[in-house]
Amino acid sequence: MSRGVEQVETHLKNFERFSLNGSAHSPEWIRNLRQKAIARFAAQGFPTARDEEWRFTNVGPLAGFPSALARKSNVDEDQIEQVHGTACRGVHGTRLVFINGYHRPDLSTSVALPKGVIADGLCSAMTTSGELIEHHLGAYAPFDEKPFVALSTAFMRDGAFVYVPRETVVEAPIYLLYLFADREAGATAYPRNLVVVEREGQVVIIEHYVSLVGTPCFTNAVTEIVAGDHTTVEHIKIQDEHRQAFHVATIQSQVGSNGSFTSNNIAWGGKLSRNDVNVTLDGEGIDCTLNGLYVASGDQHMDNRTFLDHTKPRCNSHELYKGILGDEASGVFRGKIHVWEDAQKTDAKQTNKNLLLSDEATIDTMPQLEIFADDVKCTHGATVGQLEDEAIFYLRSRGIDRESARSILTHAFASDIISRISSEAVRQHLDAGLQSLLENSFRVEGGI
Amino acid sequence: MLEIRNLHASVEGNEILRGVDLAVNAGEVHAIMGPNGSGKSTLAQVLAGHPAYEVTEGEVRYEGRSLLDLEPEERACNGLFLAFQYPVEIPGVSNSYFLKAALNAIRKHRGQEEMDAFDFLKLVKERIKLVELDESLLNRPVNEGFSGGEKKRNEIMHMAVLEPKLAILDETDSGLDIDALRIVASGVNQLRRSDNATIVVTHYQRLLNYIIPDFVHVLVDGRIAKSGGKELALALEAKGYEWVSDELKEAEAA
Ligand SMILES: Nc1ncnc2c1ncn2[C@@H]1O[C@H](COP(=O)(O)OP(=O)(O)O)[C@@H](O)[C@H]1O
Ligand SMILES: [Mg+2]
Repeated sequence: MSRGVEQVETHLKNFERFSLNGSAHSPEWIRNLRQKAIARFAAQGFPTARDEEWRFTNVGPLAGFPSALARKSNVDEDQIEQVHGTACRGVHGTRLVFINGYHRPDLSTSVALPKGVIADGLCSAMTTSGELIEHHLGAYAPFDEKPFVALSTAFMRDGAFVYVPRETVVEAPIYLLYLFADREAGATAYPRNLVVVEREGQVVIIEHYVSLVGTPCFTNAVTEIVAGDHTTVEHIKIQDEHRQAFHVATIQSQVGSNGSFTSNNIAWGGKLSRNDVNVTLDGEGIDCTLNGLYVASGDQHMDNRTFLDHTKPRCNSHELYKGILGDEASGVFRGKIHVWEDAQKTDAKQTNKNLLLSDEATIDTMPQLEIFADDVKCTHGATVGQLEDEAIFYLRSRGIDRESARSILTHAFASDIISRISSEAVRQHLDAGLQSLLENSFRVEGGI
Repeated sequence: MLEIRNLHASVEGNEILRGVDLAVNAGEVHAIMGPNGSGKSTLAQVLAGHPAYEVTEGEVRYEGRSLLDLEPEERACNGLFLAFQYPVEIPGVSNSYFLKAALNAIRKHRGQEEMDAFDFLKLVKERIKLVELDESLLNRPVNEGFSGGEKKRNEIMHMAVLEPKLAILDETDSGLDIDALRIVASGVNQLRRSDNATIVVTHYQRLLNYIIPDFVHVLVDGRIAKSGGKELALALEAKGYEWVSDELKEAEAA
């Protein structure tokens, strides 16, 4: 039974137009994948509040979004300045810039990469690495029960393609910068990224989302990461879009034996955002770390969902998500850990800590443990609290005013997550961003 | 410098201070002694401005103005310093970051320029020697994982950097072995000047062998039951606090 019938109709009409124009020149296998996805979306419709997965997030504004496909628009001189201004300074190396979801080689920077490494727009890589992409694209991010992934797959056009061959170490992070620059309200971008890391490869990927204009827009992104045995992959996602933006993203990773995978998921932009980080531990002896930080003020809503799928024995996962919520902001954390019968000696630790800076701010936090193996160690814990009065007083008694004391303590709470990111340039960028956020975005509160 | 008149204070509706009178002049060292639970820390916290304590009566003048009208940070900026009996752990904030923020807040209040990282480090490295504290504690989160003695010495190190006019040391001696006690006392003594004053809160007399007080006050049940010179501390050591409370009861009965 499909839901939000009218809105679904709109998307189906858009898709018809898209298959005649934008999609028409794509290879057949892509057109088939899109067809399958749109059919699946049509069958599901948008989620409702009855969907467990979406219980605490109002899908209304997402479903009702005008859903015009963002155009491959030009950016003017000023905006080009802005592109460089919004980027993480100090991250040197390969940079792929995307405007409205479309790769812009003219704004990107390429540097020499180790032999065989590819970092390119998905579209342009299609001509050179078509077979590789065909083999992987859509193979990891299922959309059967995921209407937004289905929609994103149906409308995918461009994004990033990163390929790291066997035994190859990419030293500098590969930086993917996504900018929304559509001056007309109501556009939607569907960035689609694919990262393939072969056995013993190592790479750091930064996915950074920002806006160049303040008009309402909608990003619905899907990133698939497949990392082979003995790989070391760090993924950093920064969602810093403006306060009118809607943002839905899925990061779907599959990791092979003895791989080390780290996801750092930082979000403080957007009006309404939903981020899914799903990792399938598809081998033994994997080390997986999920770090998350969400900072919400005003009327922002941030929904975080993680899913760790422990399929094989002897894997460790450590997960720490921290949230700061002030004003009337609301947040959701839902962390699912599934341990299959075979996955003995799993060691999974999940922690979610939340700091509420106002009486009106809310957080819904839910662990969800499904354990079918008997010899495992799985712990989870969630806290929701305020800044400690004693700590605030201690700082004030040394001369630091109340606002600064609150801001120092709040910053410390959050920088715990930022400090776990390997790239110093990213840490500095985030620390500065956090500082200005805490100083400017939260309304002053009473209390101690 | 400081004048406390008939100070009454409550916490959670219970009256803890029940009419404290005390005058401290520049250049003096006052010791406040008294049994556990007599209200010594309450007095210290009220002077520092802890919001959990409610002043119900009385007044406190500090350098000619009403201290109780000032926010805690304004008191600190005007030269008041409290070394906490239980220094607070602040995960995620480095000791030197905190101290630099405090110093610069105070300097700003005084109309001085912010101290830059280089000068600050020079100053801290010099002052940290006074309390023989390991420099590595500067980069650690404030008090987190510090031993009891390190916490107390760290408080005195903060004091040495912030150079207060009026320092209140709340049981800085408790939990210190005799060597640490000597180090802390010598640190405090080196910071003594004719234009600053110190209130040493303790319930042992042993610290007062090293920091020689000009006056000793005995706090019992939220009131100063007896005041005297440094010899009073020795008398307390010999006779115990009951002696003072008994005297007080007799006086009240009369
Ligand atoms: N924050 C507080 N909440 C409740 N009771 C308190 C608080 N602080 C102090 N008290 C009570 O006030 C009394 C005096 O305590 P305190 O000032 O710490 O004494 P001292 O420092 O002389 O040992 C004690 O009975 C103590 O339990
Ligand atoms: Mg005490």
